[in-house]
Amino acid sequence: MMDLRELYQDLIVDHNKRPRNFGKIDDTTYYAEGFNPLCGDQLTVYLNLDGDRISKVTFEGEGCAISTASASMMTEILTGKTMAEADELFELFHQVLVGEIELDDDTTLQLGKLAVLTGVRAYPSRVKCATLAWHTCQGALHKQHDGISTE
Amino acid sequence: MNSTAVTDLNSDDQVAQWRADFPILKTQVNGHPLVYLDNGATTQKPQVVIDAVSHYYENTNSNIHRGVHQLSELATAAYENGREQVRRFIGAASVKEVVFTRGTTESINLVANSWGMANLKAGDEVLVTEMEHHSNIVPWQMVTERTGALLKVVPINDAGEISLDDVRGLINDRTRMVAISQLSNALGTINPVKEVIEMAHQAGAIVLVDGAQAIAHIPVDMADLNCDFYAFSGHKIFGPTGTGVLYGKEALLEAMPPWQGGGDMIRIVRFEKSTWNDLPYKFEAGTPNIAGGIGLGVALDYVSDVGLEKIAAHETELLNYASRKLQELPGLKLIGTAKNRASIASFVLDQLHAHDLGTILDSEGIAIRAGHHCAMPVMQHYGVAATARASFAFYNTFSEVDRLMDGLNKAVEMFG
Repeated sequence: MMDLRELYQDLIVDHNKRPRNFGKIDDTTYYAEGFNPLCGDQLTVYLNLDGDRISKVTFEGEGCAISTASASMMTEILTGKTMAEADELFELFHQVLVGEIELDDDTTLQLGKLAVLTGVRAYPSRVKCATLAWHTCQGALHKQHDGISTE
Repeated sequence: MNSTAVTDLNSDDQVAQWRADFPILKTQVNGHPLVYLDNGATTQKPQVVIDAVSHYYENTNSNIHRGVHQLSELATAAYENGREQVRRFIGAASVKEVVFTRGTTESINLVANSWGMANLKAGDEVLVTEMEHHSNIVPWQMVTERTGALLKVVPINDAGEISLDDVRGLINDRTRMVAISQLSNALGTINPVKEVIEMAHQAGAIVLVDGAQAIAHIPVDMADLNCDFYAFSGHKIFGPTGTGVLYGKEALLEAMPPWQGGGDMIRIVRFEKSTWNDLPYKFEAGTPNIAGGIGLGVALDYVSDVGLEKIAAHETELLNYASRKLQELPGLKLIGTAKNRASIASFVLDQLHAHDLGTILDSEGIAIRAGHHCAMPVMQHYGVAATARASFAFYNTFSEVDRLMDGLNKAVEMFG
């Protein structure tokens, strides 16, 4: 087992304590509610789009440190990205977490800040915590409002 | 050393002796001696149970009931001996009242489907409590939807208790079934099942007691309890997984139609019409978990040898100690503070989600459960998504509670 500090890096602890872009966007049709049946965590992701570019992302809900930090960091990273770029990043992030793509220097660079979340790879039961917000964001982008699940 | 100490081992020595029966308790997890506090999910197995299962596979493995060869005779005798051990343990009148299942969930589904479909009709009522495990809610939801019956719920108060006045108020002449847990897996509450059974019987309703969580902690006697059905799982009382029991009063079981069809549950099969086997085999279609049934019998004998009164006494002291220590931690709130409680300490911490706590404690070799404990309505009642739950067995020690507290302090420090 790796050191616990590699899972709960300072950046994660910080985003958990002070989540960025926490709250609701009124009057948007781009939102979705996500659910992790494993732990009962629930969160909602809201988006504003400018053409096919994401101009604003927020979230609300309750979750563990991993899921909250992942959601918070996601809102920062996706702001300004196109839908296609967001899809691509989620795909990469997901594949790294489930071990389909190796975490080499190149991938780490592509993941940017998100790389701090890759500690969950050593904790298979926690991978879903890290991906909940992202699954939910996919739902929001495609106006699939509910029934988003990590299962 | 005084005379008491000679006859009565002191508590630590006694527990050390019990622990030696469980090989897994010597395991190291993440470089620390295992502290296993997830007994509510499943209990560990003593060497005698492991040996009984191995012995069956090594020496007598064979299918039961129909074989004419020696191994089959031996396997049948051992399996049926397991049933007799269950009968004795729960104080059933006859082995005909002891149906082997895969676990509590299957036992309850059997009653909901067989008894429920045959007896419930539109307008009838089934009563459960707010603290039930999903497995004592969903089967009743499914059968009431199919029959047009109504599912009613006895509420809990903030301590996690039901009130007998509420039960009295909710039972009426339309109530056909009351399904209630004896010991809540999410809260640790011990329910006054005997009083509920009396009330239900006075109104002409029958009662199913979900004993999944209670069976390893509270002595039960079917003759004394007088419930109509009692369901429990083998793996929560130091027996193998995939084993369970449905106790049912003989007259009720006799009147119920089979649930699953197949081999062993029939007497004669004709395409025009088949007839059913005697109790309890009418409800045991297909080859059962033979090794499991044998192991379960051995587990129950083991528990009887230790003594459930002794077990309950030690666990009560342990739970009191843990509850006191937990409440000393700033920001910690116990979920479930019933006056009558056993073996379970459920709690939440400010600023620290149960899941993170579970991971941090695991890194210290401490196994607890974090989540909704298959009791989402309970979580909803308290307005939490999840709780952390430490659940005790008789092999747990006071120093393990101290290790839990050290782990909690470390977690709080990390996230503080």
